[in-house]
Amino acid sequence: MTATLRATPSACPACAAAPSAEALAELAAPKEARLILSLPTAHCAACMSTVERGLAKVPGVHDARVNLTLKRVAVAAAPDMTAETLIAALDRLGYEAHELDPGTLTSTAADKAWRELLMRLSVAGFAMMNVMLLSVAIWSGAEQATRIMFEWISAAIALPTVVFSGQPFFRSALAALKARRLGMDVPISLAILLATALSFYETAVGQGHTYFDAAVALTFFLLAGRYLDYRTRAVARSAAEELAALEVPRAIRLEGGQEVTVAIADLRPGNLVRVRPGGRMPVDGVVVDGTSEIDRSLLTGESLPVWTGPDATVSAGEVNLTGPLTVRVTAAGRDSSLHRMADLVAVAETAKNRYTSLADRAAQIYAPGVHLLAFGTFLVWLWLSQGDLYLALNIGVAVLIITCPCALGLAVPAVVTAASGRLFRKGLLIKDGTALERLAEVDTVVFDKTGTLTMGAPEPVDLHNLPPEDVALAAALAAASSHPLARALVTAASAAGLVPATVTDLREVPGYGVEGRHEGRPVRLGRAEWVGAVPLEVTATYLDRGQGKPLAIPFTDHLRPGAEALVAALKAQGKAICLLSGDSRGAVADLADRLGIADWTAGALPEDKAARIAALSAGGNRVLMVGDGLNDTAALAAAHVSISPASALDAARVAADIVLLGQDIAPIAEALDVARRATRRIKENFGVSALYNLVAVPLAMLGLATPLMAALAMSASSITVSLNALRLR
Amino acid sequence: MTVLAYLIPISLMLGGIGLMAFIWSLHSDQYDDPEGNARRILRTDYDDHPKAD
Repeated sequence: MTATLRATPSACPACAAAPSAEALAELAAPKEARLILSLPTAHCAACMSTVERGLAKVPGVHDARVNLTLKRVAVAAAPDMTAETLIAALDRLGYEAHELDPGTLTSTAADKAWRELLMRLSVAGFAMMNVMLLSVAIWSGAEQATRIMFEWISAAIALPTVVFSGQPFFRSALAALKARRLGMDVPISLAILLATALSFYETAVGQGHTYFDAAVALTFFLLAGRYLDYRTRAVARSAAEELAALEVPRAIRLEGGQEVTVAIADLRPGNLVRVRPGGRMPVDGVVVDGTSEIDRSLLTGESLPVWTGPDATVSAGEVNLTGPLTVRVTAAGRDSSLHRMADLVAVAETAKNRYTSLADRAAQIYAPGVHLLAFGTFLVWLWLSQGDLYLALNIGVAVLIITCPCALGLAVPAVVTAASGRLFRKGLLIKDGTALERLAEVDTVVFDKTGTLTMGAPEPVDLHNLPPEDVALAAALAAASSHPLARALVTAASAAGLVPATVTDLREVPGYGVEGRHEGRPVRLGRAEWVGAVPLEVTATYLDRGQGKPLAIPFTDHLRPGAEALVAALKAQGKAICLLSGDSRGAVADLADRLGIADWTAGALPEDKAARIAALSAGGNRVLMVGDGLNDTAALAAAHVSISPASALDAARVAADIVLLGQDIAPIAEALDVARRATRRIKENFGVSALYNLVAVPLAMLGLATPLMAALAMSASSITVSLNALRLR
Repeated sequence: MTVLAYLIPISLMLGGIGLMAFIWSLHSDQYDDPEGNARRILRTDYDDHPKAD
């Protein structure tokens, strides 16, 4: 891994550089290299065999193991093995593969927490089943010695279980109390601890009700809620980690004429960096050598490539299109313009008012309510019974147990798990737990243009209106270049069934275009200034046929699949739609017209976008921002909820609440619908648990509660809310 | 009812074995790739290099 020659530097050096630098250093050490590749198309047992056997045949590979759940393959190989060799080998086997940065994928801490939670859950489940079984005998009237024995056995099972499995609640309750707050975990911990202590006392004294089953069941149901919550977030995190790991932050540094691949973190101002065509600028800098065109769409939203040559400044994140460039680094890492943009995001995030989730709001009412109710009952009974502390305490604890928050603890995680599972299958990754609730409140949708509503890939307009022989000539010239406009022209010409004309002496002039000779005349295809044409307002390339009067071939951006359907669906849902783009007027007006969006703004700077969102929010609108570029990042963070496509820069993906994994943008309309239904389910679930409490709590306050009633209320409400949540799937 | 003296410990022990088996499986990384394992077991070829760590 010492010399991996793939120029895919991350656009966000600060995000990933530190762990990857370590990983790179570790990999550079002369020992066995461990590589992780993503295999998005692997899906069956035969795939596993093919990949593992195929990789084992590659010289230098010691071991390869496919993980079908994560769709990855881990390879142990000789130290000089590069990912390119493996990717090429997998390509021959018919599998698409991408290198993943192992440094970004270390999830051992999260793994440990998951395992710990599952262990506590399994212990609580085991204890609940056994104690319930013993309790059934007590409820059905076991007497004397049998009852005492069953109670002692229950105590022997319940006590260690509560101590072990209840720890997550006790810890977070303690933290809440230290911060002088009453979270959900304070009443939960109090109910579990008081029920266990009271039952233990009853067992020792040998009279009254024991609530061991309730204490253990409460622990189990609440842990189940926690587990669901944790798993949903773990799935989202691991997918997000994989997206981040896809961009291995490396750059090619020139050291005395030698090209050396280094981590971006190691670059210093003054270094010379080589950026190949198709590569992304790893740093801010000044061009020293070479001419080319650069694509700034991810930074500014401009869809038109910009010429660059010696002494031109370039910024990190821009894509080099045609010729190789040598860049002198002026700022790297934390000082680069990319990082300054990240600061803008931080500002927007602090300005964003903290959203209080439905669960928090419910807990704010629930936690003090329960304490007051139980304490009030205790005081009233103390007064009624003329100071019978034992009786009053018994009834007070019964109230605390019966107002079981297990339905409340399950209500949100169960719904969020079901809803995000459904959206994940549709290609949407929910990164934030409250994103669904916020999505349900949206009334205004703001779109970015380049890369969001459009693919950021151009296509020629009205090619059939141009003389066919000119298009054939342009296609012949374009075939010599890998510029996106040229490639689109070649594809469109061959789709129209045109055979490229014969052109000799083809030569690409990086940064300008392609020239050659056709029927004895010099011909050129490229930038307006270069061929002597008057530039149009829209993206276009210009053809000089060698007989004066250059011909303009205008381009338009390719619509993202589903964009038309999405805009139509949003209009049908009654949402206000707005288009904010950094691109030129002509291009934005054209797209807005095609999609039927009346409210559009062109030439917006990143600050303008964020300010517009803030103005909309101040006007009482709940804004959904959909964008991919760095220029959208601040707006994404400022919006009520935000979505960004997986093709976006990592900074934008980090700022967004939801990531769109597929190409098709249409699922966003469905996401809004699912979010609305999920929020309704959450509210229904709160209603269900309130209903159970409304029936059971008065009985408990009258001193009529029995352990059987507590167990029934708890299990029935938990199962009802879980089933209600499953209706979303 | 003396039979309870045998039956309860036996049932608890059986349940405990199940719990131990689950905790052991959790600790030996058997949930890393549930989908892959489910398919590997149905393959005809022998798994020459089972996951070591």
